[in-house]
Amino acid sequence: MTPAIRARGLRYRYPDGTPALDGLDLVVSPGERVAVLGPNGAGKTTFMLHLNGLLRGEGELLVEGVAVERGTLAAIRARVGLVFQDPDDQLFMPTVREDVAFGPRNMRLGEDEVAARVSAALDAVRMAHAADRAPHQLSQGERRRVAIATVLAMDPGVVVLDEPSANLDPRARRELTALLGELDRTMLLVTHDLPLAAELCHRAVILSGGRVAADGPCREILADAGLLASHDLELPVGFDLGRVPGPPESRILMSIHGGS
Amino acid sequence: MGGGCGHLPAPPTVGGRLRGLDARAKVVGLIGVTIVAVSAPLEAWPTWVACALVLAAVAVAAEARPREIARRAAPVLPPVLFVAAFAPLLSGGRAVASLGPLTVSDHGLRVLAEVGAKATIGTVAAVLLGLTTTFPETLEALRRMRAPRTLTLIAAFMYRYLVTLVDEVRRMRAAMTSRGFRPRSPFAAAVLGRLVAVLFLRSLGRGERVYRAMLSRGYGGQLPAVAVGRLGAADAAFVAVVALALVPARVLAGMAA
Repeated sequence: MTPAIRARGLRYRYPDGTPALDGLDLVVSPGERVAVLGPNGAGKTTFMLHLNGLLRGEGELLVEGVAVERGTLAAIRARVGLVFQDPDDQLFMPTVREDVAFGPRNMRLGEDEVAARVSAALDAVRMAHAADRAPHQLSQGERRRVAIATVLAMDPGVVVLDEPSANLDPRARRELTALLGELDRTMLLVTHDLPLAAELCHRAVILSGGRVAADGPCREILADAGLLASHDLELPVGFDLGRVPGPPESRILMSIHGGS
Repeated sequence: MGGGCGHLPAPPTVGGRLRGLDARAKVVGLIGVTIVAVSAPLEAWPTWVACALVLAAVAVAAEARPREIARRAAPVLPPVLFVAAFAPLLSGGRAVASLGPLTVSDHGLRVLAEVGAKATIGTVAAVLLGLTTTFPETLEALRRMRAPRTLTLIAAFMYRYLVTLVDEVRRMRAAMTSRGFRPRSPFAAAVLGRLVAVLFLRSLGRGERVYRAMLSRGYGGQLPAVAVGRLGAADAAFVAVVALALVPARVLAGMAA
C-alpha cells in the first residue's frame, strides 16, 4: 500500500543557517492519526510546511506517492490540507462561503461542484448556518471549525492541523475533539496538547532537533514520563491517561464527493 | 480571544424594496447618480436637484431614516464641507464681498457650491448603498462586473482584517493603560509611535502567514474567474428608472447652461 506520507532524510536550514530538519524519517500509512509532538524549535511546523510544498528542503518527501517538488505543487496542495494555528490567518475572505470556496476554485472546479463541496464541508463541521457570515463575526471555536472546512472542501487525503486546540475554551475544545474524531482522513496533529493527542491519535512521534526522537503507540509514548520530560513535554498535573477515552475508530467516511 | 464581536458596521438593517435587488443594480444606479452629479457644472444645477430627488426616492423606497443617513455621512461629509467653506476666502477671482480683512471671491463661491453639492450627493449615494447592501455583496457585485480582481481582493482583505487590526489596537491599548499609560503625558507620542510600529510589524507578519495559507490551498497568483449570473427584471427596472430620471435632466440642464 502506498504510504500517505513518506519522508526520508529530510533536511532544511533556515536562511540564517539554523538547521530546522536534520534527516527526518517518517512513514505514515493511509488512515493513520499521528500526533507530532516536541518542544518548541523541534521542527514540527517546518515539517508541516514541507508537506504542502511551502518549504522545500533536501531529501525525499512523497505524499500519497507523489513527490513534493516544483512541478507537483498543485497536486500536492489538493492532497494535503493544512489547518494553521491562527484561524485569522486562514480565513481571509469576506464571508465563510467565499473562504471555503477559495480552495476548490483554485482547483478549477465548476461552480456547481464548488457549491456542492462548500455545502458538504460546512455540513461536516456543523457550520452551514454561518455560510454568509463574515469570519470576524464568529467565535474562536467556530472559526477553527470553518478553517477545517476550508481544507475539507478540497477533499484532501491528508489533513495536518497545527495546534488545533490553541485558544479554545473547554466546550469548543470538546466539540473540536469530537469533530476531528469523526473525520476519516490521514491526520497529523501537531500539538503541545498531550490530552488531545491521547484522545485522537493511535500513534505519536516526538520530534527533537529536526529528527524523529521517538515513534510508537500514542499511549505508550505519553505514559513514559521520562521520555516526555527529556523533550520538555509533560502531561497536565492530575491528568490520568487511563480515564481518557481512546481514539475513536473512524465513524464517518466523509467524502466531499460521496457524502457520508 | 475574540468572541465573535466584529466592530465593523452591522449588516444593513434597512433596505425596504431595495433589499432584494441584485447588488450590481444598486452599485450601478447609485454610482451613476454620483457620476451624473459630478459631471454637471454649476450652470447645470438643476441636475443636482434631480440627483437629490432620485436619492430621496431611493431613501424612501429603502425605508432609510434621515437620522441614520446623517449618522453614517458624519465621518465624511462635515470635514469636506469644512474645507470647502474656506474656498470663497482663499480662492482667487473677482471679489464680490468683504468680511473685514477678508474678501469673498466669485470663483471661491463657485468652488464651494460645486464641492458642496457633489460631495453631498456622492456621500449620500454611498451611504444608501451601504445601508441597503452588505460589504461582501458589494464586493461580489464589483467582481461580477469584472472590476480588476486585484482591487476587489485588496478591498476584501481590508474589510476582513480591519476588525482584527482594531481588536489588536484595543488589546495593546488596554495592556498599556493597565500599566498606567496616560495618552496625555509628554511621552505619549513616542509610545504611540512604537505602538504603530509594532502594529505594522505584526500586520506584516500576518500578511506573510495569510499568503502562506493561501498558497497551501492552491493559490497560484491568480484568482479563478467565476460565472456571472443574469440580472432580474426588477434590477433592470431600478437602473432604468434612475437613468431615465437623470440622463434627460443632465442633457436638458446642460443645453440650458
